Amino acid sequence: MALTSADDIVVATHGRGADQAPRPGGPRRRSNRLHGREPVLAWVFVAPMVAVALLFLIVPILMALWVSVSDWSGRGSPLASSVQFVGFENYAAFFSPGLAQRDLTTSIRNTFYFVLLVVPLQTLLALGLALVLNSRRLKAKSFFRTAYYFPSVTSSVAIAVVFLFMFSASGPVNSILGLVGIEGPNWFADPRGLIHVVAGAFGVEQQPAWASGSIAGISLWQWLAGPSVAMVSIIALVVWVSAGGYMLIFLSSLQGIDEEVNEAAVVDGASTWQRIRHITVPILRPTTTLVVTLGLIGTWQVFDQVYIMSQGNPGKTTLTPAYLSYTTSFGSAQWGQGTAISFMLFALIVVLTIIQRAATRDRENPSGRRRRARKEVAS
Amino acid sequence: MSDLRTRPTTKRPPTGDLAAEGRRRRASIAAFYTVLIVVAIIYIYPFVIQAGTSFKTDGDSTYNPLNPFPSLFTLDAYATLADVDFPLWFRNSVIVTAFVTVGRVLLCSAAGYALSRLHFVGRKFLLAAILAVMAVPGVVLLIPKFLILNQLGMYNTFSAMIIPLLWDATGIFIMKQYFDTIPPAVEEAARIDGAGVVRRFWSIMLPMAGPALVTLTVFAFQGSWNEFTHFIVARSSAETNTLTTGVAALTTGQFGSGNRYPLKLAAALIMTIPVALVYFVFQRKLVRGQGGGAVKG
Repeated sequence: MALTSADDIVVATHGRGADQAPRPGGPRRRSNRLHGREPVLAWVFVAPMVAVALLFLIVPILMALWVSVSDWSGRGSPLASSVQFVGFENYAAFFSPGLAQRDLTTSIRNTFYFVLLVVPLQTLLALGLALVLNSRRLKAKSFFRTAYYFPSVTSSVAIAVVFLFMFSASGPVNSILGLVGIEGPNWFADPRGLIHVVAGAFGVEQQPAWASGSIAGISLWQWLAGPSVAMVSIIALVVWVSAGGYMLIFLSSLQGIDEEVNEAAVVDGASTWQRIRHITVPILRPTTTLVVTLGLIGTWQVFDQVYIMSQGNPGKTTLTPAYLSYTTSFGSAQWGQGTAISFMLFALIVVLTIIQRAATRDRENPSGRRRRARKEVAS
Repeated sequence: MSDLRTRPTTKRPPTGDLAAEGRRRRASIAAFYTVLIVVAIIYIYPFVIQAGTSFKTDGDSTYNPLNPFPSLFTLDAYATLADVDFPLWFRNSVIVTAFVTVGRVLLCSAAGYALSRLHFVGRKFLLAAILAVMAVPGVVLLIPKFLILNQLGMYNTFSAMIIPLLWDATGIFIMKQYFDTIPPAVEEAARIDGAGVVRRFWSIMLPMAGPALVTLTVFAFQGSWNEFTHFIVARSSAETNTLTTGVAALTTGQFGSGNRYPLKLAAALIMTIPVALVYFVFQRKLVRGQGGGAVKG
């Protein structure tokens, strides 16, 4: 196909199109002028992209699926005949007691607290900034927008390096804490969970008897640790970086609010608070759903920051499923288990994406919502 | 928010005293500016400290971390960077970014044109397939990408770093949607004059798609310059380090243990500058792309 396509392109660029070229098939094509050779050329146009997608997206996923049910150890090709099919053994390893289960559970716990803090914080920050930036009287809006969005276009590696410095033991963050009389922790070396720290302040230093039961490989006390101090600095980084992007989504949605609705509400004597409560909030609800689900999809994949800043340390408290799947494969050569983690993460994210697409559809048809909002204010 | 808006006087609420309302507005505007400025400092100051610290000595960076001005100005960090492989990483980043950007612009506009304008069997399926593939999270592709590159014997080569990055579903949609907005009459005239598909695409439609091409170029540049995870799994040799993998190695490798912050921050600063320049010049494109693109999923 590639050869004929090149030929077609040469012919066409030289302008020997349907009407001029004395070539076989000419008369037939004259009669079929509307679409002519379009179908063939169309495939030529999309072929390069389709080839890249097939070779570097579809085929690799299928290969990884195979690896996840095989005993491939990283030597040679996973398609070699010496590689055995082992069924769901690699997946099962995570559902029976052992190191694999403990690590995966730990990574899920870590990411759970990460998501639990990052998603609400970044959504609130983004919404707050968008609401403030949307006021018409403010000047220098584009300056503020530029500043808040800048981290989103910057390399994750460069940002991570800056934050490594910000949160280093004698870095700027601890200096600021020092100014108000707080001795900052050694952020990236501190595995203590925040909830444990708070419990410690109330005298609960050791694992209480009621929390010694084990769930999926780690004790209830470990489940309740909260994000570690090290994880908190990664949380700060991610909120700081991603709020700007979500702020833009909120802004574009706020700019879509029909001014008439607000004016009608003013005529009817609605107060500012009533207008926010009954007009802005209902109209922003689908956008908020979108931002929250996009946030969930993004945060469950956290990888770069962990790779650069903490490598899962200290005490595995910044281990995440994405990073664990990487180290399990590339580090411990447990390729079957590594890919199995990938696919479990994949399943989770697909579910989240389906929710996100439903939310997007909802948002693209908000007219019914606006009418409802108007009615609510009017009544 | 809406209380700050200028309303036509005829629609002013019947209640409320004008002077009091004016005071309230001024107060809330002052409050808004305070919030914006405090947050802006939190957003800008790290970059200021980064730039300042890159001209400090190691000791100075530890003892005066908050002060952006070096007590002893030095270019040591930059001199050391020139000695490690930094120039090589920069060159590799330029090579990869150039190929990926040009490649994406060509392939995305060709595919976008076909999906927008040409009639062929499988068009609807292809659109749905692209949308489905977009949902595949990048992190999940890490190991699969390594598997195929290893299988094909491409591991540790520039083609392994470049070709998989050519795939850009968002770019295809940006081009398709832009071509959709160009009236069919434009092409119809050329078709009647006997211009074939390729000529209509190359000489008529592509030149008209300037704004979309700029958006695509900016996104492709920014994306490939900042690309990190793909290079972790596509290569491992020192000769193929890009700025992202090289600087990441600085934090974990030979300089990882010591507090060589001026060095690391200088490296991070240099790799930020090209994207920052593009951002400030084309920020409307980037900002609008994010707002609109994300909304469309």
